[in-house]
Amino acid sequence: MHRSPTRIVRPKPKSGASRLPGASRVSVVSLVLALGLLLLVSLVCGVGLGAAGIGWGDVFRLLGAGLTGGTIDAGDVAAYAIVWEIRLPRVVLGAVVGAGLASVGVAVQAMVRNALADPFVLGISSGAAVGANAVILLGAFAGLGVWALSLSAFASALAATALVYAVARSPHGLTPLRLILTGTALAYGFEAVTTVMVFGAARGEAARSAMMWLLGSLGGATWAQVPLAAVTVAAGWVWLRWRAEALNALAMGDETSAALGVQPAWLRRELFLVTAAVTGTVVAVSGAIGFVGLMVPHVVRMLVGADHRRVLAVAPLAGAVLLVWADLLSRLLLAPAELPVGVITAVVGVPAFLLLMRRGGYAFGGR
Amino acid sequence: MRLDIEGITVEAAGARLVDDLRLTVDSGAFVGLVGPNGSGKSTLLRCVYRALRPADGVVRLDGDDVHAMAPRAAARVLAALPQESSAEFDFTVAEVVAMGRLPHRDRTAASDREICAAAMDRTGVAHLADRGFLALSGGEKQRVLIARALAQQPQVLVLDEPTNHLDIAHQLDVLSLVRASGLTVLAALHDLNLAAAHCDVLYVIEGGRVVASGAPHDVLQPALLAEVFGVRAHPVRHPETGVVQLLFDLLPQGTTTCASS
Repeated sequence: MHRSPTRIVRPKPKSGASRLPGASRVSVVSLVLALGLLLLVSLVCGVGLGAAGIGWGDVFRLLGAGLTGGTIDAGDVAAYAIVWEIRLPRVVLGAVVGAGLASVGVAVQAMVRNALADPFVLGISSGAAVGANAVILLGAFAGLGVWALSLSAFASALAATALVYAVARSPHGLTPLRLILTGTALAYGFEAVTTVMVFGAARGEAARSAMMWLLGSLGGATWAQVPLAAVTVAAGWVWLRWRAEALNALAMGDETSAALGVQPAWLRRELFLVTAAVTGTVVAVSGAIGFVGLMVPHVVRMLVGADHRRVLAVAPLAGAVLLVWADLLSRLLLAPAELPVGVITAVVGVPAFLLLMRRGGYAFGGR
Repeated sequence: MRLDIEGITVEAAGARLVDDLRLTVDSGAFVGLVGPNGSGKSTLLRCVYRALRPADGVVRLDGDDVHAMAPRAAARVLAALPQESSAEFDFTVAEVVAMGRLPHRDRTAASDREICAAAMDRTGVAHLADRGFLALSGGEKQRVLIARALAQQPQVLVLDEPTNHLDIAHQLDVLSLVRASGLTVLAALHDLNLAAAHCDVLYVIEGGRVVASGAPHDVLQPALLAEVFGVRAHPVRHPETGVVQLLFDLLPQGTTTCASS
């Protein structure tokens, strides 16, 4: 019987192998500088544009007067108040909140080792919403005056955090899966409570403002809110940046992390506290602004890669720029009426995100 | 550096996964752990690289209790290749190798780069530095992880089935890289012939206990293999090298001594 010899076919070596994910990374220093400059421009635009038409010349003159302690005409008092007491704190708070949400998004994704997690997956914002709506709808803590909303939101965020922590704990520490499942399940519970309150509310206007808060808004920004939020976000960021290498190890897996001298259980506990504090503070002043904490970390990773040292250098700036512009759009599009800023972040974010994802070069969950 | 495992016991849900286990790895030796699935090899190794705290017993590096050391101090002398692979974040090869520098103090960006570059050269992955780790083949991934372990500049290396899912050339390649590192090595291995060829000493583990130990060819006797693995082993000499290789069959029906625990 005739048999043809076995032919060995060798595939040609792939020539395009060098153009795989990870090949195109942007220089972090130039990106940080560019984003810093862009943030500055965004802040100025945020102050200059708005429902009340104030000319650019006047805006710069009034900003200058406020900074140097100069004098202004009696006719400028209203414009000065708009620029200094309404727009500027709002724009600054927007930048702080954006930076905070983006940083916490990075931290939460590393903590639960899932690129689809966001700051709200732990149920913290849903918990905060219960406290905020108790104030808006039921008039709770009226004795605290203007602080009632923020304090109540923060207190209930912390209570929610403690509850999620207590339930998610196991002899093996906080495992990613338990954290996600517990956070998600409890978030549904908190949302049910909020919904009951909204439906039970007698006043239509209150329900509307509750809705505004649930979708997030910077409409209530005052200077009084800025320092605490800024300090918390900055402190949270400094800690995350300091632990960036440990986050890298944690992202590779608990075993690897332990072998590299980073105790995953401890690190996750620390991360939980830091993200809870920052999320609670941010949500207390701005409501639950979605999408920033999910999308910014993704986009930044596409640009600079997965190394948390670089991601954390860029993400807060990107988050700040995004939220300043989203807030600006939220008050310009239907001026003088305002849209919840969460609507804008979703409308802008979803297509941008899909576009970047389709462009490829980004892997998660084993592709 | 010498590694001593003294009476390690691990319990989970009432079952003893590792039971008062003792073994020693002499400085510079390559010691293999073999045993059927579920015999406690991985659990034991997790205790050694500190992913798991044993219920009882001590792991000593030159006499120092590993679990009493600061985590980073332990990671400076002991590196590990665990059996997990996370596929969530796409680090580059260079970034993965650089993680090996994490436990070290008094380091500069320049010295880190130099050490990582040397480690990547030793395992032949320098040309992959900018590639995404997730896109690599299994063999390339293991070489990168060995480079990370070398960048950690340890004295002891712990490997949990480092040759899993690799083709035969890469299996040999990985084990000779490990051997060439000159480190004190403790590795769990599945392929008995591979283990026999590369290890100085083998420990056979069953039900969380050591059932035999010694030089590979003294340990891997047909009677023991029948009892522990439930297979009939047939030693033959390699026609060219003269090295003894084992061929395996299932034991004849009815005589199987159940080895699983």
